[in-house]
Amino acid sequence: MELLLKNANLIDASGERYGDIWIRDGKIAEVGKNLIRPGQSVNLAGKIVLPGLVDLHAHLREPGQEGKETIATGTAAAAQGGFTTICTMANTSPVIDTPLLVELVKLKAKAQGWVEVLPIGAITKGLEGKEIAELGLMHQAGAVGFSDDGNWVQNAHIAHNAMKYAAQWDLLLISHPEDSSLNADGVMNAGSLADRMGLKGADPVAEVVAVERDIILAESTGCRLHLTHLSTAGSVAAVRRAKARGVRVTADVTPHHLLLTEALCDSYNTMAKVNPPLRRQQDCHALLEGLLDGTIDAIATDHAPHKDEEKQTTFDAAPAGISGLEIAWPLLYAHLVETGRIPLATLVDKMTSGPRRVLGRELILAPGERADITVIDPMALAVVNPAEFVSMGHNTPVAGWKLAGLPVMTIVQGEIAMLNGKVGAGPAEQPVAQVG
Amino acid sequence: MVKDLLTLEALSAAELWELLKRGNYYRQRLDKGEKAGKELRGKTVANMFFEPSTRTRMSFELAAQYQGAHIINFTHQGSSLVKGESLLDTAWNIEAMAVDCMVIRHGTSGAVKQVADNVQAAVVNAGDGKHAHPTQGLLDILTIWRHKGRVEGLKVVIVGDVLHSRVARSNIQGLTKLGAQVVVTGPATMLPDAADWPVEVETDFDRAIDGADCVNVLRIQKERQEQGLFPSQKEYFKFWGVDENRLTRDILLLHPGPMNRGIEINGGAADGPNSAIFDQVTNGVAIRMAVLSLLNERGGH
Repeated sequence: MELLLKNANLIDASGERYGDIWIRDGKIAEVGKNLIRPGQSVNLAGKIVLPGLVDLHAHLREPGQEGKETIATGTAAAAQGGFTTICTMANTSPVIDTPLLVELVKLKAKAQGWVEVLPIGAITKGLEGKEIAELGLMHQAGAVGFSDDGNWVQNAHIAHNAMKYAAQWDLLLISHPEDSSLNADGVMNAGSLADRMGLKGADPVAEVVAVERDIILAESTGCRLHLTHLSTAGSVAAVRRAKARGVRVTADVTPHHLLLTEALCDSYNTMAKVNPPLRRQQDCHALLEGLLDGTIDAIATDHAPHKDEEKQTTFDAAPAGISGLEIAWPLLYAHLVETGRIPLATLVDKMTSGPRRVLGRELILAPGERADITVIDPMALAVVNPAEFVSMGHNTPVAGWKLAGLPVMTIVQGEIAMLNGKVGAGPAEQPVAQVG
Repeated sequence: MVKDLLTLEALSAAELWELLKRGNYYRQRLDKGEKAGKELRGKTVANMFFEPSTRTRMSFELAAQYQGAHIINFTHQGSSLVKGESLLDTAWNIEAMAVDCMVIRHGTSGAVKQVADNVQAAVVNAGDGKHAHPTQGLLDILTIWRHKGRVEGLKVVIVGDVLHSRVARSNIQGLTKLGAQVVVTGPATMLPDAADWPVEVETDFDRAIDGADCVNVLRIQKERQEQGLFPSQKEYFKFWGVDENRLTRDILLLHPGPMNRGIEINGGAADGPNSAIFDQVTNGVAIRMAVLSLLNERGGH
């Protein structure tokens, strides 16, 4: 397929410029001004062209929980949200802890997925925290990182061995930092609100202790460590100190931990139940500061779809998680960029280059690079309407919130995966008359 | 050389060569079927094994018998140790029976030295904990020397659970003292902190074996998997197992035994043309004859 993107603002790690991009055979063939090339051409005047968004942390639930989400629907939600690449967590059923299961996810994604899927394998067999899984064989099968997400490897000896073992191939371990001995059955942030509501609190120190332990082990083993969904000011401070002394640690934060607080849990709103829990305003500030000063490398969705009826229960019984793939970018664009709290360049970095660097990748808008591209319409507005989600998970605490800077086109390896809010509306079906 | 053989670390290169040359002499005698030596006539050797062993115990027993010694065997099972006797009391009791030489294996590093320091008899370390197994080191080096014609300048790779291996430690000490280059390889979880060891550490087996003259394959104990040191036999074999495809050139293949076929080594390698595994066993008897006779001459007995 050939496609010429014309008159766009191009923003990537090398800066901002104006011009055209010619895509051919899945790659960026040419970048320039006033290009005239055979094939389709589309005018993107007023639009922003980015390297495709990357999500380091998504739960697509397949295999095993296809009632919540599938690889097909989850990747459609990703395309809708402007993501060209997503990393899928291993806590499916069965757990992705063997090379064969890594292959299965890849094959399924290739056949039915709308975006690139990079599987994450388990650190320990069955996420049980006991025996190291086949990290080497899974790596050869295509796992880009390893995580027991949902669980933390509680036993320090096992975690230490896993890091030693992973370091020999420079594998990436992704930690869900939560010391369960400090956080038994907490359902929301610990503190006065939880105590007033009569709910069991999840203490922020359970996260900070886990973050600090993992940093110490990473420092001693040389393992590449990524800490996912940081939620507390203490965690940000710990990562900042570790980076200052040269530890190979990276971190991400979710949109909901940047924007939302525990106050949303009041009235026992199960849509606001998530793990780690929504914290307090000072944590949101600290996370934002970490984003701005480089302590936090990436924004990841922790897309965690659940069935409607699963959330329609008591706060204690409801599953934790927020469905976030398709609104992550425009939600942050509306509430962080348009409000002037962070520059557009920061949001672009944290959702394109930042996560790629964590994975040891890079992509700029230049000839020869893979044509993974997201087109943003900075003028397009909407509100969050979970009923219209492409994801099977409608669980979000931000229904009715403003969205801005909507993704209007997602191009994955040169193929249009999403156009004007319709997934799969590529030129094979219709010509690209207008974008946005 | 003092009255005992506890480690190869304690020996000079000249002393190592003396033992190796004498081992080679006994190997030639064994090949001629000469098993009626008189070097140790009138002497008594006690085999004291506080840990299970078949090969090493039999090897010492035959080495003593082929030189005309009396030999008694002591095993942990059914002994007075079970009744609570200390290691030293056991050793003193055995010494009191006019024993000249004790061959001791014990599961605790340093235990054999403790006995040696407290008895008049000569003591040969047949393996103490994770610390040393000097006669295994010597028989491995003898095998390498006999096959390669030299030791100096050779590149020897030791693959497997080096961290827990007394065989690896003795090989490293002997080989490097004689001028060989030693590379240890295996999962990072099974490699020692070798900061002050004269070896290279490399987790990638293909890089480690590049240009090697010899590979010594250590036994992988299955319980190491439960201890979280490696994920599975399949993954271990894929990255650190020795099959015939890794032995493309004239790399000499050693294994101290007992082998776990299919885990650290496969049949194609163990039974193939590069293998000296059964030759090692014969050299084991020869080198133990050399050790026992030399200690006897040095007046330890």
